[in-house]
Amino acid sequence: MFSIYITAFIVGGLICVIGQLLFDVAKLTPAHTLCILVVAGSILDGFGLYEPFIDFAGAGATIPITSFGNSLTHGALAEAEKHGIIGVLTGMFEVTSSGITSAILFGFIASFLFRSKGKA
Amino acid sequence: MVTRGVIQFKTAPSIASTGVTAGPLERKSPFSESFDKIYDDERCGQDTNEHGHAKLMEDASMIALSKVNAIPEDADFLLTGDLVNQMTPSNFCATTLGIPYIGLFSACATSVSSLLTAAILTDAGISELAIAGSSSQHNAIERQFRYPIEYGVQKGDSAQWTVTAAGAAAVTPHSEGVPSIERGTIGKAIDMGLTDPLNMGAAMAPAAADTLFRHLEGHGASVEDYDVIMTGDLGKTGYEILKRLADLQGIRNTDNFRDAGMEFYGKDTKFFAGASGAGCSAAVYFSEIYNKMLSRQYKRVLLIATGALLSPMSYQQGDTIPCTAHAIELTMK
Repeated sequence: MFSIYITAFIVGGLICVIGQLLFDVAKLTPAHTLCILVVAGSILDGFGLYEPFIDFAGAGATIPITSFGNSLTHGALAEAEKHGIIGVLTGMFEVTSSGITSAILFGFIASFLFRSKGKA
Repeated sequence: MVTRGVIQFKTAPSIASTGVTAGPLERKSPFSESFDKIYDDERCGQDTNEHGHAKLMEDASMIALSKVNAIPEDADFLLTGDLVNQMTPSNFCATTLGIPYIGLFSACATSVSSLLTAAILTDAGISELAIAGSSSQHNAIERQFRYPIEYGVQKGDSAQWTVTAAGAAAVTPHSEGVPSIERGTIGKAIDMGLTDPLNMGAAMAPAAADTLFRHLEGHGASVEDYDVIMTGDLGKTGYEILKRLADLQGIRNTDNFRDAGMEFYGKDTKFFAGASGAGCSAAVYFSEIYNKMLSRQYKRVLLIATGALLSPMSYQQGDTIPCTAHAIELTMK
């Protein structure tokens, strides 16, 4: 029971290590790094690999941004099964809409409460 | 005979006074003691970062004017620049001061390009009092060129920290007891093919080297003739490259080389490779260097301000970063 925490901790950390390597060694920009991780998660789910990965690592697999790519593919595939090809378009943001909406909403609230600072 | 881009001023215009303003974080600078005004708030009491940016330049100009007992109505020209789109901070500052104004864009080399332009106008006998300077405000410039500070992007060791500071100099016809502008060299725009906006020092070093070599050759001088040769904001990375380039040119003794960006925040590693921004060189030149010349600790200095001539658009389109460096030689008799 306790081992899932350790697995989540290590796996989540390893995904971040990949991101840091893309950043520091491959010299990619933050935007490129972000896109590569999202696309990687999306492709993995396309092959049906991300769900077993979540079963194994729990939050270690759902918290990193790769999980967002997984959700995009997941929603698209689920809707496609129900409604055919048009479901790819409607399903893409079905699962992810909660995440996107919260990002906008909480960003909006934070902008009211705080002012940005250039502290080193 | 005229040597390309190399200027010998016939009347040796003087820098009668200077004014330097800075943000709260700049208290960490070893030079902060000699800044004229430090604000407690990074927006300088204004509502936006950009208005704070304009205020920095405005106050620096007013301080330089007040030290020569002048008001804006006494000044013939205002020559300033910054890094924000269309230079609105400088434009707004010019609106408030009401001095005939030319905005100058040489990126972080504007401290010297403005000083050179003021000296040229004074040398030509059409200016009795000109205010030259440049400024930068951290939050406004990071948003302009890199990422908005809210984004909290990670930076590498070669990245530099944009300073919140402005420097202004009051340029007058030659007078005794203050540093005078004897020579200058206008930089070329040099592009060595670098594309990383988080490693400006490496991109700018070849431009600094080119201007340095042309200045020395054009005026028949050697590096030993100067008490100090101070570049603008090469940072640690660029400073080392400049020394290597000098070495390749046969200049072995580079002990008098200094870099304003590298020294601006002292040894604090939070600032990566050092400081940058149009206000960086202006603040150091018009406080540290100017004061040491007034006390005759330095009698002949060469200031080489460096600038990266990119825009967010050129960077996004994958263009390389052209850079420039302008040099000005000050003497104190």
